[in-house]
Amino acid sequence: MAPNSIHWFRKGLRLHDNPALQEAVRGAGTIRCVYFLDPWFAGSSNLGVNRWRFLLQCLDDLDSNLRKLNSRLFVIRGQPANVFPRLFKEWEISRLTFEYDSEPFGKERDAAIKKLAMEAGVEVIIKISHTLYNLDKIIELNGGQPPLTYKRFQTLISRMDPPEMPVETLSSAFMGCCITPVSEDHSEKYGVPSLEELGFDTEGLPSAVWPGGETEALTRIERHLERKAWVANFERPRMNANSLLASPTGLSPYLRFGCLSCRLFYFKLTDLYRKVKKTSTPPLSLYGQLLWREFFYTAATTNPRFDKMEGNPICVRIPWDKNPEALAKWAEAKTGFPWIDAIMTQLRQEGWIHHLARHAVACFLTRGDLWISWEEGMKVFEELLLDADWSVNAGSWMWLSCSSFFQQFFHCYCPVGFGRRTDPNGDFIRRYLPVLRGFPAKYIYDPWNAPDSVQAAAKCIIGVHYPKPMVNHAEASRLNIERMKQIYQQLSRYRGLGQVLAISEALMLDEKAWLTLSCSSPVTPHQLTLGIAHSDLWLVCSWLAMETQFMKPQIHSACADAASRDSLEIYSE
Amino acid sequence: MKSIFSPTQSRAKRQRTGQGVSASQSHVPDWGSLPHHIVLHIFQYLSLVDRARASSVCRCWNDVFHIPELWRRFEFELNQPATSYLRSTHPDLIQQIIKRHAQHLQYVSFKVDSCTESAEAACNILSQLVNCTIKTLGLISTARPSFMNVSQSHFVSALTVVFVNSKSLSSIKIDDTPVDDPSLKVLVANNSDTLKLLKMSSCPHVSPAGILCVADQCHGLRELALNYHLLSDELLLALSSEKHVHLEHLRIDVVSENPGQTQFHSIKKSSWDALIRHSPQVNIVMYFFLYEEEFEPFFCDETPVTHLYFGRAVSKDMLGRIGLNCPRLVELVVCANGLEPLDEELIRIAERCKSLTAIGLGECEVTCSGFMEFVKMCGGRLSQLSIMEEVLIPDNSYSMEQIHSEVSKHLGRIWFPDMMPTW
Repeated sequence: MAPNSIHWFRKGLRLHDNPALQEAVRGAGTIRCVYFLDPWFAGSSNLGVNRWRFLLQCLDDLDSNLRKLNSRLFVIRGQPANVFPRLFKEWEISRLTFEYDSEPFGKERDAAIKKLAMEAGVEVIIKISHTLYNLDKIIELNGGQPPLTYKRFQTLISRMDPPEMPVETLSSAFMGCCITPVSEDHSEKYGVPSLEELGFDTEGLPSAVWPGGETEALTRIERHLERKAWVANFERPRMNANSLLASPTGLSPYLRFGCLSCRLFYFKLTDLYRKVKKTSTPPLSLYGQLLWREFFYTAATTNPRFDKMEGNPICVRIPWDKNPEALAKWAEAKTGFPWIDAIMTQLRQEGWIHHLARHAVACFLTRGDLWISWEEGMKVFEELLLDADWSVNAGSWMWLSCSSFFQQFFHCYCPVGFGRRTDPNGDFIRRYLPVLRGFPAKYIYDPWNAPDSVQAAAKCIIGVHYPKPMVNHAEASRLNIERMKQIYQQLSRYRGLGQVLAISEALMLDEKAWLTLSCSSPVTPHQLTLGIAHSDLWLVCSWLAMETQFMKPQIHSACADAASRDSLEIYSE
Repeated sequence: MKSIFSPTQSRAKRQRTGQGVSASQSHVPDWGSLPHHIVLHIFQYLSLVDRARASSVCRCWNDVFHIPELWRRFEFELNQPATSYLRSTHPDLIQQIIKRHAQHLQYVSFKVDSCTESAEAACNILSQLVNCTIKTLGLISTARPSFMNVSQSHFVSALTVVFVNSKSLSSIKIDDTPVDDPSLKVLVANNSDTLKLLKMSSCPHVSPAGILCVADQCHGLRELALNYHLLSDELLLALSSEKHVHLEHLRIDVVSENPGQTQFHSIKKSSWDALIRHSPQVNIVMYFFLYEEEFEPFFCDETPVTHLYFGRAVSKDMLGRIGLNCPRLVELVVCANGLEPLDEELIRIAERCKSLTAIGLGECEVTCSGFMEFVKMCGGRLSQLSIMEEVLIPDNSYSMEQIHSEVSKHLGRIWFPDMMPTW
């Protein structure tokens, strides 16, 4: 008897390049595509209205595309673990398919569902299509650990076979005799809810700058490639004032929700490059955006504490400040720095900001100015940013706050200067902070320095109509650079496993060599500097090592942290 | 880690101490009767918590736990749950140290979070360190500088307890604190023979006269960190007097709150020259956090700076001046410049700064050809070449891919620009 299939949509909200969906349909008698919405009421989730709207638009789009194939999307309230058993019985299911989810919680959830399904006699088919590669293979190639530097990751990728080709879009022909039984009351029972039904007040809500859905994604990718072809330049585009604004060729939210297949994007980029450049080997940098995404997915897949500082083997323990007031000012665009506030306003209003804008606000919150934990920033991005999923969001925040991946940190984004250099006229500020419209370009990035007459003419008195700057950036950044140095000085004596591997990677030493080096004698910053003389990573710069004279002799920490169990003399008396 | 004692030695020890059990009956060493100095040696490898656990095993180990040797150094961590994610040193432990081990302490540091209470707690502990011979003292704020919120009189009186009683202070780190001139006088009056290192960046209550007093009296001072407004010609001359040892390390922070608010004085070339004549190996580290237009007074003449860090934007002109006037430059870090290529300035630096071994460039622009020329000229001596990806501008001669391979070839190692996630 031909099986009855369920295809379970989580990400991968598309009909193109969906091998799991194909397996659901192949030789099946019936196919039902489900999506679980839980919590049903958005109020109990951390996600903002833009995220929900995007998702609902994706679901609507799926539903309408499935209708063209005489099928429908089944949106189900509740938890998969609770509802699946009932569905298996009710629909007499013998096959369940879904796209592989590499995130630790996803894997746990899926393992439970798999067990449930097998107990119910349901065949489970899982296919990889949310990432370019099988992430476990990358980890295997790296000796069982995910690569912790982007350079190492690139090296590994270049040694692997290229990603698998995207599979064809689900079509009527492919469906063949496979049908979807749709009841009269389908829309009431399984229809896509509206924002209002989820508890959002949509009065006055501006239309979406980033409309969700596979159809939109596929239109965008064509536009994206057209523009690349027209420019005939595959180098990273130079940043200018325009880059800050939402682009009709932007793809990151669609990749996150899976409306656009990353493999499709990869191969279209490759084809275009070959056509335009008439050579056959595109450089890795062509796929920059996709590879960063892949890098963070790989780093996160085996680490359930990837989004935390405590108990996360790859995260440096930094003594961040707990300061809810300051955090709120940052999140609500009330820092008094127009550049930061404009970016955070765009983020809240539209759900997307340029990657350099992300660097600017992330640096300001963490290691640059406020010295607040990256976990807090990550939560705000999770709420507001359309393309922020667990792995990429946490990974990027750790990177930008210099908590991991051995990112050098000498460079700090100035909340005044950086914006000024990017958009000298200040149009971006005026667009998102209309209260500052009257300021001339000279003062729009630091309006508190404007003479009273200028403020009066702009009808905006700083401290009254727009907040004063919440920190003194020069002092704050001076202090925070010192903090970071203190931490990295101690890090040079730390031999926790995660760090060791990253260090050995950074030094291009094999792990054994490093462990020998570090166990035979305490590693002084001097030795570390020597060790990295042949590396290209600025791990413990000599300008940091310079300041270590004070640290003799070793000070014990009172807090028994297994990581800091290190009683070795660095300097002899 | 070489073994503490070989198996034959341990048997011999047991036989010597007449421990009843013969070698044939038991192969388990009697840990409880290990000599004190052995236990001490082992304890020195353990963390405090592990040592504390071990100390409750038997009287011998308990005695060893309290041996002064193990209490020479301590780091007090003072955090409040409302302001910090980190734990605090247990108050009972603090009490125990003050009661039993205060006189053993020699190397002490205090790490406080951004809560004023934590800084006040540190001051309270300091006030009780009366019978100590402290050599190293560090007051470190791990987030916002909470020592600045403590009342100045409370802070100063606590600090001077240590200054007066220790009489052998060698290293003091009191950045971002309300220390003042009178306290420095007390420091000098009691510790002028032993003081080697003083770090006091961002101490707004100290005046140039206050620090001059230190330089005049403490002839063993080897390392000094302070803000630019405390630097004077007299200070440099005092540090170069005959009686003074060679200075090893001088760190100067130049910080400005708002453009035009602070006037920066200049230092005479002759003062710098005197310093270098007296201490030819000295490292002079300067951190700049200024607006572009405030750099005028700097680098007009030859300046012997070795490590330069520009925390905000620095102009093309200034980088040109640095190439001209900083022959001793070892490290250069530029967080930001502007939108004009810095090719010329970099090449001049490569030409004239023969000691340059590290360079870091943030938001700047350099053409790939200009960068290649720079690397060809001084790549061989650069141990750190940290260039952010966006800095390099591909041109007709070089693309980004070519830069990567060419630079790697010249450096003799794999080199990439620094990358940031682009998603």
